[in-house]
Parts: sequence; C-alpha cells; structure tokens
Amino acid sequence: MKKPFHGSIKVLYIGLILYGIITFIPFIWALSASFKSLAEISSGGSNFIPNSFTFDNYKQIFLQEPRFGRWLFNSAIVALIVTFFNLLFNSMAGYALARVRFPGNQFLFFLILAVLVVPAQITLLPKFLILKSLGWLNSYQGLIVPTVVNATFIFMMRQFFLNFPKELEEAAALDGLNRFETFFQVVLPLAKPALAAQTIFIFMGSWNEFLLPLVVMSDPDMFTLPIGLNAFKGQYITYWNYIMAASMVFTLPALAIYAFFNRYFIQGVTFTGGKS
Amino acid sequence: MTLKSEFLKRRNIQEALSGYLFMTPTLIVLGIFLVLPVLYAIVLAFHSVNLLGEVSYRFTGLKNFMRIQGDERVAIALKNTMQYVAIVVPIQTLLALGLALALNAKIKGRSLFRVAFFLPTVTSSAVLTLIFMWIYNSNGLLNNVLSFFSLPTYNWLGDPEVALRGIMIMNIWATAPLFMVIYLAALQDVPESLYEAASIDGATGWGKFWCITLPFLRPVTFFIVVMGIIGTFQLFDQSYIFSNGSGGPNNATLTIVLLIYQYAFKNLDMGYALALTLVLALVIMTVTIIQRQFFGEERLD
Repeated sequence: MKKPFHGSIKVLYIGLILYGIITFIPFIWALSASFKSLAEISSGGSNFIPNSFTFDNYKQIFLQEPRFGRWLFNSAIVALIVTFFNLLFNSMAGYALARVRFPGNQFLFFLILAVLVVPAQITLLPKFLILKSLGWLNSYQGLIVPTVVNATFIFMMRQFFLNFPKELEEAAALDGLNRFETFFQVVLPLAKPALAAQTIFIFMGSWNEFLLPLVVMSDPDMFTLPIGLNAFKGQYITYWNYIMAASMVFTLPALAIYAFFNRYFIQGVTFTGGKS
Repeated sequence: MTLKSEFLKRRNIQEALSGYLFMTPTLIVLGIFLVLPVLYAIVLAFHSVNLLGEVSYRFTGLKNFMRIQGDERVAIALKNTMQYVAIVVPIQTLLALGLALALNAKIKGRSLFRVAFFLPTVTSSAVLTLIFMWIYNSNGLLNNVLSFFSLPTYNWLGDPEVALRGIMIMNIWATAPLFMVIYLAALQDVPESLYEAASIDGATGWGKFWCITLPFLRPVTFFIVVMGIIGTFQLFDQSYIFSNGSGGPNNATLTIVLLIYQYAFKNLDMGYALALTLVLALVIMTVTIIQRQFFGEERLD
C-alpha cells in the first residue's frame, strides 16, 4: 500500500515498540514513584516496582495540602463552563459566518482570521489590567469570560457549516422555523462530530492552561491544579512521592477523556492542523 | 409584487438581525479581551505604568524600546530562546516525520501505536515538567541509566550548561507526536496512483520516497516548521516550573516570555514588559503571516 520503504517489517516494529517505551517510561516511572515511600524515593533506586507498595501518598497529599480538593474543583468548574460556552458561542458564530447573510459578514470573517495571527502573549498583560479594573482577579469569571470564545474553532465551525447540506435548513424554513430554531433544533444536533473534537480540545486546553491562571489567580484558594501543583512542588520539593501522586491525580481525568475520545482528538488535530 | 418584495425585505432584515445576534457573544468577548488588549498593549508600551494601588500611566515615548537594546537579560533570554528554537524545531520535525512514515506503513496495530504515542501531547505541561524534574533528579532515573551505560551524568536541574537541554529533550518528546499526527494525515492524501505509476517505471522504495512522498509533504512540513517556531518562541510553562520562576540556574532557562512575566509581575514594570511583548509579537506575527501566505496558497490550489 502506501509504503515508501520496503525495509523489513521487523525493524519497523522494533523501532515503534522502542519509541512506545520511550513514550511510556516517564509516566510509568511517575506512577511508580506515587506508590513508593519517601525512604525509597530518597535512596534513588531505579526499580519500577515499589519495594513497599503504599497508598499513603494519595492520602497524604489531601491531608498535607487541604486545598488540593479545592484546586481540583476549581479546575473542573472552570474547564466545564469554558467548554460549554465555547461549544455554544463558537458554533453560533461559525454558523452565522457560514450561512447567515448580514452586512459585515465578510469583514467579521477577516477579523476572525486576523485574530488567529495575534499571539496569546501580546494580550496577556493588558488582559490582566482589564481584569484588574473589572475587579475580576481571583475570580472564576476572570478565567472563564476571556476564554469563552476561540477564533480557531469559530473558523473550524464555519468550515464545517459551509459543507452542511442546505436542504435541511430549507426544509426547516418551510416548516416555519426561524434561524434560531433551525440552528438549535436542526443544525446543532447534526454537528456532533465537529463538536466532539472541539469539546476535547477546549476542555484539555482549559484543564492544562498554566499562564493565564498564574497571572489571574494569586489567592491560593482560587488556584487551578497546574498552579496549585507548582506551588505544592515549591513546598515539598524533596517529597517526590507526594508530587508524583498529585501529578497522577491531576492527569487521571484528562487521561480518561483521552481514552474514550482519542478518535475525535486525532481528527481534531488533523483538522486544526491542516486548515487553521 | 409589492407584497412579495415587502415580504423579502422583512425577511432580509430578520436574517441580518439574527446574524448579528449569533455573533454577539463572540464580538463582545473578542472586543474586550482581544482587540482592546492589543490596542492597550500598543499604547501602554509607550508609557511608564504604575501598578500599585490605582493603576496610573505616564507617557515616556520610546524610552521603553530604547531600554531593550542595553538590557543584558534580554540578550540572554533571546540567546536561550533562539538556541531552543534552533535545536528543538528541526529535531521534533524530523522525529515527527520518521514516526509518521513508520506508522503509515501497512502494519498491524498502527492505530494503537498512534494513540499511545500521542499521550504526552494531552498531558499538562505542569505535570510533564514535574515528571521530568523527577527523572532529572541528580540520583534520578536518567542519571542511573546514563551511569549504567557508563555515560557521563549531569546535575540536570542545577547545572547551567545542561538545564535548557533538559527542557529541550522533554519538549521534543512531548510535541513530536502532535506533528506526527498532522504528517500522518498528509500522507493519507498522497495519491496511490503516483506510487503505482512509479512502481511500473521501476522505482525503488527509496526512489519513491525521495521523488513522490517528500515533495508531496513540502507544504505540510512548512506548516509544521512554522507552527514549531511559533510554539517554541513562546516557551514559558516549562521554564517557569523548572526554575521556580527565576529562569535559573544562572539564567540558563530564562526565555523571552518568562522575562516578560518577570518584568510585569515581579518588577511591576508593566510598560517595559509590554514593549518587550510587542517586539516578540512582531517576530511571531511576521513568521505566522509568511506561513499563511505560503500555506494558504498551497492549500487552496
């Protein structure tokens, strides 16, 4: 088939498995540390199977750092709300740009394209000043509102709706549905594949975001997990068993989502990668 | 006739109204948190900004920009960032290409490999950095492996000579799979007929690779290289966590974005930080626009 090499399949497999090992070792090593005692961590061995297997670290991180649960909650609430509004707003904007005729449609589309070129760093400091003057520092809305729309996905949704069959909307119009009813009752339910890819990207992006919460949240109660993890690391720098346990707790939800939706994820990459 | 045109006019107005309503959330958010900040950044870069208490500004003209030239830490951050870009981008691109070619071969379990390889790209930068710091520990896994093979070991976290390299290794490992997936998608688009025709002409595997696959991958390679440059130019999270925000040891992991962060939030020198941001943004936007020019044209034909 599409095979540029006629090299031996065996060599290929060995290479792929080797790279698979390189991919997994850091994760397994971290997982292993999260079940080791501090004494074993400090001794610096290279054993992947803990000598004395313990769940203590997972218990201890919640005891040592009572805010840990709070950070988990903060991250989850922000990521969920951001994801919900992105799905709604990006689809609405993408649909309007693709299908609704209104003066300024073209101009707004070019604006979205221009937005794609602006690097995130340029807006970070002024965003901080604006959030400060709104009194939104150390608040959920400070993290949520600036990120509820995403130009990349507006663009992606526009491309998706451009290829959407017109007949369905025409039928809806004949049934007397207006644009909003058509959009929410007919179009959006059929946009599931595009929405699925978007959901994962937006959720992961928000869940993993480091720079914005670092700048917006200075009150430890309002930290999201990446910021909390970093603070935790600063405090317990020699307790790698704790740090790794905390890292594993943080990675698990993302991993679960990835395990279930990896097909959409990879589709999403090829879409945004190829077109944006 | 008039009734019909009246009806159509009403419908057009309704249509336009619903269009604006659909766009309203986007326009408000992008207006306040994107367009306004960009304008704000440009204006404030020419001011001295006082962040303590009520925020206040004083016009200082080009002073902030003049300062950049003589700033030793800017030179260091620029050198580190350039070095980082120059080493990471080619290696991660080649690695991504290699992995994609390997996975594109018709073998069993390729989707399993693809899902597995992709894992680091979905893991948070904070977690990856912590895991690698644990691996880089002076009596950690990497040094144990190196000494097992009688290779020299390093103090990866504390030695200025190697600290940035530690971040490079981690990020190549974490980013290559993302580009691998893009390469894989591009490889699906290579017309099968080209290979068949080449086979009939007696081309070998390598010949086909050089004369068909590689030229076909040129636009996507260009895209990947530019995305890589943009991404690596913005290195922050890993340096920040690695060095506790200091950019150490001895400024070895100080990047441009980290420096901007320090000036803004540690020295509270917002005006100067914004001037630096504008310079960085200009570089990134130039690269992006060049990419769009090339890539856009290649894609639309």
